[in-house]
Amino acid sequence: MAGIPLLSLAIWIPILGGLLVLAVGGNDRNAPLARVTSLFAAALGFAVTLPLWFQFDPSTSALQFVEIRDWIPRYAVRYHLGVDGISMPFVLLNSFVTLIVVIAGWEVIQERVAQYMAAFLIMSGIINGIFSAMDAVLFYVFFEASLIPLYLIIGIWGGPNRVYAAIKFFLYTLAGSLLMLVALLYLFYASNGSFEILDWHRLPLDLRTQQLLFLAFLVAFAVKVPMWPVHTWLPDAHVEAPTGGSVVLAAIALKLGAYGFLRFSLPIAPDASMSFQWLMVTLSLIAVVYIGFVALVQEDMKKLVAYSSIAHMGFVTLGFFVFNRLGVEGAIVQMVSHGFVSGAMFLCIGVLYDRMHSRRIADYGGVVNVMPKFAAFFLLFAMANSGLPATSGFVGEFMVALAAVKTNFWIGFVAATTLILGAAYSLWMYKRVVFGPVANERVAALTDIGAREFWMLALLAFFVLLLGVYPAPLLDVMHASVDELLRHVAAGKLH
Amino acid sequence: MEFERPDFSLAAAEIFVAVMALVVMVAGTFLRRISRELGYALAQITVIGAAFITVFSVNEPTVRYTFGTMYVSDWLGQVLKLFIYLSVFASLLYGRLYLIERRLEKAEYYVLVLLSMLGAMILVSANNLLVLYLGLEMMTLALYALVAFDRDNGLRSEAAIKYFVLGAISSGLLLYGMSMVYGATGSLDLGTVAQAVYLGAGDETVLKFGVAFLVAGIAFKFGVVPFHMWVPDVYHGAPTPVTLLIASAPKLAGFALALRLLVGGFFGLAPTWQPMLMLLAVASIVLGNLAAIAQNNIKRMLAYSGISHMGFVLLGLLAGVTDGSHQLAFNAYSSALFYAVSYAIMSLASFGMVLLLARTGFEAEHIDDFKGLNRRSPWFAAMMLFVMFSMAGIPFFLGFFAKFAVLEAVVAAGHTWLAVLAVIMSVIGAYYYLRVVKVMYFDEPSERTALVASSETRVLLSANALTLAVAGLMPQGLMSICAYAILTSF
Repeated sequence: MAGIPLLSLAIWIPILGGLLVLAVGGNDRNAPLARVTSLFAAALGFAVTLPLWFQFDPSTSALQFVEIRDWIPRYAVRYHLGVDGISMPFVLLNSFVTLIVVIAGWEVIQERVAQYMAAFLIMSGIINGIFSAMDAVLFYVFFEASLIPLYLIIGIWGGPNRVYAAIKFFLYTLAGSLLMLVALLYLFYASNGSFEILDWHRLPLDLRTQQLLFLAFLVAFAVKVPMWPVHTWLPDAHVEAPTGGSVVLAAIALKLGAYGFLRFSLPIAPDASMSFQWLMVTLSLIAVVYIGFVALVQEDMKKLVAYSSIAHMGFVTLGFFVFNRLGVEGAIVQMVSHGFVSGAMFLCIGVLYDRMHSRRIADYGGVVNVMPKFAAFFLLFAMANSGLPATSGFVGEFMVALAAVKTNFWIGFVAATTLILGAAYSLWMYKRVVFGPVANERVAALTDIGAREFWMLALLAFFVLLLGVYPAPLLDVMHASVDELLRHVAAGKLH
Repeated sequence: MEFERPDFSLAAAEIFVAVMALVVMVAGTFLRRISRELGYALAQITVIGAAFITVFSVNEPTVRYTFGTMYVSDWLGQVLKLFIYLSVFASLLYGRLYLIERRLEKAEYYVLVLLSMLGAMILVSANNLLVLYLGLEMMTLALYALVAFDRDNGLRSEAAIKYFVLGAISSGLLLYGMSMVYGATGSLDLGTVAQAVYLGAGDETVLKFGVAFLVAGIAFKFGVVPFHMWVPDVYHGAPTPVTLLIASAPKLAGFALALRLLVGGFFGLAPTWQPMLMLLAVASIVLGNLAAIAQNNIKRMLAYSGISHMGFVLLGLLAGVTDGSHQLAFNAYSSALFYAVSYAIMSLASFGMVLLLARTGFEAEHIDDFKGLNRRSPWFAAMMLFVMFSMAGIPFFLGFFAKFAVLEAVVAAGHTWLAVLAVIMSVIGAYYYLRVVKVMYFDEPSERTALVASSETRVLLSANALTLAVAGLMPQGLMSICAYAILTSF
């Protein structure tokens, strides 16, 4: 299928679909039509990404499904798309999550339905653009544009403190990414007028320059990941965002920063990455341990999952910066797994919130008595969140922990505490919410999940288990690309 | 001395506008009953006619002079003039209803608008210090009168006086600088001045002092810190259609003034004036963005944001010459031109939105007046969203590529720290743009009246805002025009 620009389709079908939804569902009387149109657009958007998986050639680290067109010749900016084994899974993950989000918002969202659905669809296209852009300006443009829909999603459909959260989210991430813009312009200048990311990978740079670039990228990506200490926007954004917003934020948006490390920081500044290993490992371990404890004491379910996301992403950055295949692949598996698991956790909380309009753990208790089907799903996802073997959460964490032990026993030791902490905060929350006697009349009045919610969660549960039992296909896809990346980092640029 | 007949065809657009301004004035006096409609129609016909003349007089990209060498016709001039026509056209159209509702629509209004446009055109095409000054005064004197047009309103009169007094001072500074230049080089012709500067003829101290005064004069007209005091008051005090005009066409003319004087005349002294511009640019970007945060009046907010945008234009201008190398000059000046043009388009749309919301007895000047616009009109809320994100420099909008081009030039010139400072201030600036988006989308409307606007206004305003998105997706066209204008004109 060489002739079909799959990546362009993956980007533009959701965006144009979103505009179409706005056009047909402009006022809320047409809400049913808007819903159906969005479902159709999301499904089509997901369908076009499937060939990426099935036609992907895992034997090479070269870019595949490449599209190159001139975009702004004045600055040698090209519309250059392509995916390798690292980015391809995320395009699929993103399109899949968008589909789930559209289904999740089906009945819950009653106001400004078209705008809600359109925002998610447009967001989805933009994020596919981020993962497949191989031109730095194209990447940057998508990277920043993704702020707009999420800002609106949090601000319009969010909770009581949504305005504060939306603005905080926007300014935090904008501050990070604008510094990256200066770094990109510097690289453009240093490479004699090229915005090709691959050219920059080969560009020789001295250590000091690399370090400055690394720090500029670090600000951008650390805010997005988010890493301690620039994580404070995430709990606010998560708590205030509507369920769909939280899902996209956790499942996809957090991966953008981590992906940025693999695409920019490591290959462009390999020696600086090595020299800042201590910093990155320290920050990651703080995220894992300290944020794990912070998660433990949360009284708000969404906040708890938000903090657990930060801790899990700490594992991801740790995996990158141990510089071996096991670690990097483990981190990528962890990213994909976290996409499913955290998305599912937020959906579960959303299911409860839709019924009770409360996220406080103390308001619940004994949910299992009235919602047995839901309790089963929630248990599975809570287990996956704490890294139980046979769930996807285990695979990544285990690989990263093993890789860390190989590098330094104590790093591995500290990192492995996440297995205890994760179990503590996930399962303790689960216990308080689901088990015990029915806490109050409102809980007693809860109804179990309907068919829509059932299938939505079942689909996610399927992937969580599949990835937990049989992660080999995902690993096979990324071997070649990760090996090439590590070889490149190990070679360095200083000779 | 021999006289040759000047080639009037090169100045055909100016002559046409001058004649038409007089026609409108006479028609307004003698045809009182229909003078308003006639005035509006004639003014728009004049603008469109001038645009046609300008478009068809562009044949080959050569620089041609007429009236001796006082007057130049080149691509830079044509491009700027076309955008000036666009600004005037849009400001007349957007502002019409406002003027009718407030009983301000008189033929004199259109005469003054046309005269200020004529001044801007002359300024853009001037190649002589005196002609430059003539154009500048013609433009600003008409604008002073326009600001005071609603003469019974205290706020308007105050703004007009302030504008006039400070404008007169700045003109004085400019004239003083010009006199020094004349004293040092013995010529008013920019070409001759440039040559003298290049050859090092003339007293260098006097020249440098002259340049300093010229820069101060330019800074006044640009409204950059520390010569910005008039900007917020005048933007706030002037009737909104006039604010719209002041925020667009004169900025482009001011850009021409800076380019013709500093680059055309004093390119050889770039190491002298570039640091001055740097000071002005940094101060404007910092103060403009910080002060804008504190504003509740959207016209004042846009005024301060305009100050910071002008700072960005100066950033482009100061990145031209590094270590005596002119390699980057073309790139830097075309990025500044691109920024100025982009700003004019954004500025038109932003004040257009303010005008759209205004109606009889209600100015829609407060940011809170945009509350819940998404409920009242999702379409125009989206348009305002485009404008705000474009001004904040978020892709995919034109404003991003404007910032991108300028920052690229600044980094290429080796001023990376300047770029870092500019982006940090941009983040701070993003806050007040986000605030407008916030009140439009996140707040409940305090009133639910439908928007009153003519269909032409709706169409043009939508087109104006959509341009920001379309040109943001495909910025190459506008970039090339700007690059070509600079390339062929210097």
